[in-house]
Amino acid sequence: MPVINVEDMTDLDKAKMEVTQLKTEVKLERAKVSKCCEEITEYIQSGADEDPLVKGIPEEKNPFKEKGGCVIC
Amino acid sequence: MAAQEVQPSETIAKLKSESEALKTKLEEERAKLHDVELHQVAEKVDPLGQFVMKTRRTLKGHGNKVLCMDWCKDKRRIVSSSQDGKVIVWDAFTTNKEHAVTMPCTWVMACAYAPSGCAVACGGLDNKCSVYPLSLDKNENLAAKKKSVAMHTNYLSACSFTNSDMQILTSSGDGTCALWDVESGQLLQSFHGHAADVLCLDLAPSETGNTFVSGGCDKKANVWDMRSGQCIQSFETHESDINSVRYYPSGDAFASGSDDATCRLYDLRADREVAIYSKESIIFGASSVDFSLSGRLLFGGYNDYTINVWDVLKGTRVSILFGHENRVSTLRVSPDGTAFCSGSWDHTLRVWA
Repeated sequence: MPVINVEDMTDLDKAKMEVTQLKTEVKLERAKVSKCCEEITEYIQSGADEDPLVKGIPEEKNPFKEKGGCVIC
Repeated sequence: MAAQEVQPSETIAKLKSESEALKTKLEEERAKLHDVELHQVAEKVDPLGQFVMKTRRTLKGHGNKVLCMDWCKDKRRIVSSSQDGKVIVWDAFTTNKEHAVTMPCTWVMACAYAPSGCAVACGGLDNKCSVYPLSLDKNENLAAKKKSVAMHTNYLSACSFTNSDMQILTSSGDGTCALWDVESGQLLQSFHGHAADVLCLDLAPSETGNTFVSGGCDKKANVWDMRSGQCIQSFETHESDINSVRYYPSGDAFASGSDDATCRLYDLRADREVAIYSKESIIFGASSVDFSLSGRLLFGGYNDYTINVWDVLKGTRVSILFGHENRVSTLRVSPDGTAFCSGSWDHTLRVWA
């Protein structure tokens, strides 16, 4: 069972936890936003043709588009 | 007061100012690399065409608010859980109910399908996460085979199997997340860092390695290393509770939905928010978010009963879907991306395509 319930932590404990965490995060190696956004854009474009909800797929092929089974006229 | 606690309020004040100084430094470091916005990079991308997405199936059967749902890897079965204490497994193609379990508590806020498709996990106000093996025999009482896996000291808000049926990751109102061995019920790792209830979690796509993201009432989204229990990165740009987090398909980013009525995209390598999905006309909280297969679309379920569909790259809304008659509480795209399912406080689930 996890030993901590956040309601039981004192303000002092929470403050210490936050400072320790921030010290770790400041040291992180970061990449330029422009580079990251380019990569996101490329990733999406390479997959967009295969994305059924973006391109749409023919009614016959999508199992959800038609209710299967018999039709009683 | 104990003698050894020398002026505790001074120490807290010192720590808080150290915190503020570190946060400022963190923002400076992030700002150095912030040279452009995502929608600017995306200007060259073709805009999306018109969308025709409709409700294709309505799953009726829950007696109260639907709180959570998950898809089976077979792309047709769905598990859902409700305030009425019931957990139902559906065949979404036929809308038939295949299994139903009554939990000993109401408000079953979390449910998940096992990767094998042979079990489901669920929990809520009972503070536990339990696993039910699904029997092929419809007459068998599923509750008899129930296995209690996780024990928290407050409500269970979310759960997810890892790559196999053997481990479950949970998040709780007690402010922690935890990783459990299903067979023994043993706690393998716990994750501390949120300062309030943790409301949601999502596992990174398996190719990206052993991390997961969590969101909480402290307005933070934290990224964790599953093996060490360390919080690797933390994002605090939302203005209210984060109700939902979901990894972007490549694993390099994640989206969040919040009570502040916005959804946001965070890039993990840039270590910052790179897009915000909002409109002045949207004033109700986003409860649940998920990406389409390629990551081009972000679907958000909102407390104003609607589903907004966002162009992830351009930051614009491409469609608004009506149909639910109460809050949308949960939303997931199917494993092969052909449809998505939404669950609502109106007691129903809808499959859209």
